[in-house]
Parts: sequence; C-alpha cells; structure tokens
Amino acid sequence: MTHLQRESCELAIVGGGPAGLAAATLAAELGVETVLFDEQSAPGGQVYRNVEANAPRHDALAAILGGDYAGGLALVRAFRASGAAYEPESAVWQVAASGKVGVSRGGRAYLTRAQRVVLATGAMERPVPVPGWTLPGVMGAGAVQTLMKASGIVPDRPVVLAGCGPLLYLVAVQLVRANAPLVAVVDTSAATLAGTVRAALPLLPAFAGDLAKGLSWIATLKARRIPIHKGSRLVVEGTGRVEAVTFDSGGRRVRIATSLLLLHEGVIPNNQVTTSLRCKHVWNVAQAAWRPETDPFGATSSARVAVAGDGAGIGGARAAVHRGRLAALDAAFRLGRIGRDERDARARPERTALAREARLRAFLDRVYRPAEAVRPLDDDTLACRCEEVSAGELRGLIAEGFTDLNQLKSFSRCGMGQCQGRMCAGTVGRILAEGLATDMAAVGHYRLRIPVKPLPLAELAELGHADRNDKPVLEVADGDPSQRI
Amino acid sequence: MFRRLQPDDSSATIYFDGRAIRCRPGESVAAALLAAGVDRFRTTPVGGAGRMPYCMIGVCFDCLVEIDGQADRQACLVPVADGMTVRSQDGTGRFGIQ
Repeated sequence: MTHLQRESCELAIVGGGPAGLAAATLAAELGVETVLFDEQSAPGGQVYRNVEANAPRHDALAAILGGDYAGGLALVRAFRASGAAYEPESAVWQVAASGKVGVSRGGRAYLTRAQRVVLATGAMERPVPVPGWTLPGVMGAGAVQTLMKASGIVPDRPVVLAGCGPLLYLVAVQLVRANAPLVAVVDTSAATLAGTVRAALPLLPAFAGDLAKGLSWIATLKARRIPIHKGSRLVVEGTGRVEAVTFDSGGRRVRIATSLLLLHEGVIPNNQVTTSLRCKHVWNVAQAAWRPETDPFGATSSARVAVAGDGAGIGGARAAVHRGRLAALDAAFRLGRIGRDERDARARPERTALAREARLRAFLDRVYRPAEAVRPLDDDTLACRCEEVSAGELRGLIAEGFTDLNQLKSFSRCGMGQCQGRMCAGTVGRILAEGLATDMAAVGHYRLRIPVKPLPLAELAELGHADRNDKPVLEVADGDPSQRI
Repeated sequence: MFRRLQPDDSSATIYFDGRAIRCRPGESVAAALLAAGVDRFRTTPVGGAGRMPYCMIGVCFDCLVEIDGQADRQACLVPVADGMTVRSQDGTGRFGIQ
C-alpha cells in the first residue's frame, strides 16, 4: 500500500501516548499545522494501548484493565476530533537538528521537514539484569500488560512477578482479575511498610484516592492469598528456558518454580532520539536514569526540538498530559500563533497541576527505588543482551585500564548489537562508574546513531522527499560538543 | 504459556516455521506466536542461545524473526496479515533470500 508522504509540516510530534496526544490536540486547536507520527496502529501509547477497541467493549478484558486505563479514551477522542494529522504505523528513524524527520511507513522511507519537533517517545521498562534474565520465559511485567491490552492475551501457566513500583502491583492485580496462575510477588524494594506509610502521610488528603488505590491492590492480592515476599539477589534458573527464580528473603534462600518470570523495577525515559541529537542530558539521581535537560516548556538544547512526557523524566500519564500541553503552547508561541503573554497565562494552570503531580512522584521515586537493577552485577550476568557481554568481561577491560564507554563498546561490542544499546546503556555505564569509583554523571552515556530504528538500505536508497543535498545518515547534529560519545 | 480472553476473532492465519497459527487480524506477530505457545523466536548470533520477546514495545530486539523473506523484523511491531510466512531466525538470519 502506498501512503501519503508528507513533505513538510509546522509541528511534528513523535509518539501517540498521553503527552503526544495532548500536545497535538492543543497545537491543532491553536492553529498550528500539526502531524503526529506513531509506531502503533492506533493512538494511546503504551499506557492507553488499544483503548479505542477495548474500553467500549465492557467485557472481561475491560474489567481486568480497569478504570484508569479506560479514562485514556477521552484523550484519544479529543485527538481524533482535533485538526491534527495522524500518521500511524510510522517509525521515526531520525530527527535532525534542522527539523528533518525521517519516517518509515509500509516499507517506504521519507523525510518530512518540520519547523518544530515535540518528542513524546515516553518510557521503557528499566532493564533488570540478573543472572539468567535472557532465558525465554523472562519478560518485563509491562510486556505482559501490553499483551493484555493489545491482544487480550494472559498467562495460563505459573507466573511470578519480581521487582518494585506501582506497575508491578497493578499488573499483579490485573493477572489476578484475569484468573492467571500468579504464584507469588517478590518485592525487591528496600522500603518497609512502616517507612512507606510514614512517607505517604504528608500526601493526605490530597492523594487519598491514589493511596487508597494502591492499598486496594495489596488487599486484593492478600484476599486471593498471593504470597508477597521481600526478596533480593534474584537468580533465574533454567536450562533453555526459565524453570525457577531464587532470591534471598528473611535470611534464607527461597526457590519458586515458575514458567514465566516478569521483572519490573520502574520505567526510564526513552531517550534514543535526544541522545542521537546530542541534546544535553543530565543524570537524574532520584530516578536513577538519564534525561534530556529541558526548560519549563520541554525545550531541549537542540533549537527546534522539545520533549514532552516521560521521555523528559518520569512523571506518569497524568503529568504527561500537562507536559504535552506546555510543549504545544511553546510551539504555538514560537510559530507565531500566540504571544508570549498568552503562552505564559495558559501555562499557569498546567504548571499548578504538574506541581501537584510532582509531590506524588517524589513519594513514588523514594519508596520504589530500584534495587536489583542498580546493585553490582554478578560477573556472569549478561550486561549486553545482544552481543552477550557479561559484567565480568567489562570489569576485566576496566581493570586493564579502560576508562571510557566508547572504549568498552569498541573492544567488547557491548551496546553495538541490534537494540543499539537501548537495553544495556545504563548497566554498562554503572559497571564503568563502579570500576572507576565515580558516578554516572562522570562516565556519561551512549549516543545512539541514526537511524534510531532499523531501516533496510533499500528504503534509504529510495528515500522520499530527499534532495541532492540531503545526507540523512550523515547529517551532523548540533548540541553539546563536549559530549564524548 | 498464554491464553486468549477473546478467542472469538481469530480469523487470520500465519505460518511459523511451516506451522499454521490462527490469530487476530492486526495484532502483532509476537503476540500471535506467544499465544500459540512459541517460546523460541530466534537464536543469538554470538552464543546461539534461544530468545523470546522481553519488552513487547520495540526496545529489546529479542523478538527478531524473518517475515515474508525479510530477516531482522521486530515481531512485536509488525501486525499479522493473513497468509504471512514467519520463520524463526538463527543467528544473524538469512539475507539476500528473495
């Protein structure tokens, strides 16, 4: 099928989750010629994946997924009703500092020239590298939630959830509602119940609803007699596929047989495009993740590019809506649709709402600090899944005098496989920081090369809307020249 | 490993290593394979280890398979189409096969 290949637009938005949808809806309302590119076939992002199909059905699946999920429908409908153009099933493989956006759809690649770009690429699950985590049968908890939302598929063999964070417990409850054989939850957070309650008290009464929801999830698991273990030092056992998970708990080693092990220790920004652009990034200590540095409207150090939503630091779906609107207001201002005063006046209620969400986020960051994902790896754990580079191998290189991420990449091939370093970026940086007895900010981060999505050479050879001066793969990005990688 | 909550709309058929798999039109190839019990999508180029999807959102690349003759396709991002031919991928996959 041949799709329209848009030659230009005023505002290109990348990603169709809450931030992208809210940004596109408001920008279009303000008269900006807006195009939203998204990899999925329907709007919603991962959090509201497939919500147009699922929410109105009122069947078992809708009940399993719950009300917060169904609430995303309003956001999608507002976007559908807005004047924003929508390009689904479109992978963005490049955003250049000049505003050229490389898109691939239906086996054809083309360039769109955008005057401004808002990246709403959201979050990915934080990789949890523990021994055996590459075995078939080990997945992210979010991955199974995606299977539920996108295809109505649930586990029917013994499943164990291990990790921490609100999503871990939400998925646990969704699995219970779906009558999936959930054997146990292994909570890896260091927080005690008493400590959590103490940290939560200042959030009352403002967040009573959110806290009650969390408590109701625990109550549901207790009522169904799902064991919740405190656990650390996870090891996945199995030959060819997962057979069991073992962990330290209360001074002894516990072993639980399972067919499916779902790991989750929160989410981190999806920052492939901003790192490929050499935008300035900062190490977010509270969230143990890199994020692009942004101004209060989401603008990055790259002149035409802003980031909205979790891609600029994890804030959650509700905050993403406000962050999307702020990016839209700033785009409308920069494109001459509204004045500075109007931008700032309309930004005020969004900022008030964001300040409120930030209080809840600070609590979640504190209580659900990742534990397994940040502890020193066992030597035989694979840090890089693609090139199968173990922590021990990397430590060996560091002991030989390697002091730089790029050197580690060149010699071990870590971060040079199919995923382009998405899965090992934080882990390799951490091993280097440990080895050099320094911090993450000092070792820096990988910089993905374009194309940031796999693109067959044949598509590049027949690139649409490319003129003879276009060198899409070689275009030099601006940004922080001091960045080594 | 997985079951379908809505088994009513499995009107598409894809072929995985020659085996016919019924699935829902428009769902991802990875979802269709997992629902059919496939837990080995590919083997790794370095160690030959079996892999199956980890992330389901296009990040981990463990779901790489050969689809209609093209290697290295991300099964979690490609929607199924009736009659699609999918092969598990060994190592770096077969190139220049069309």
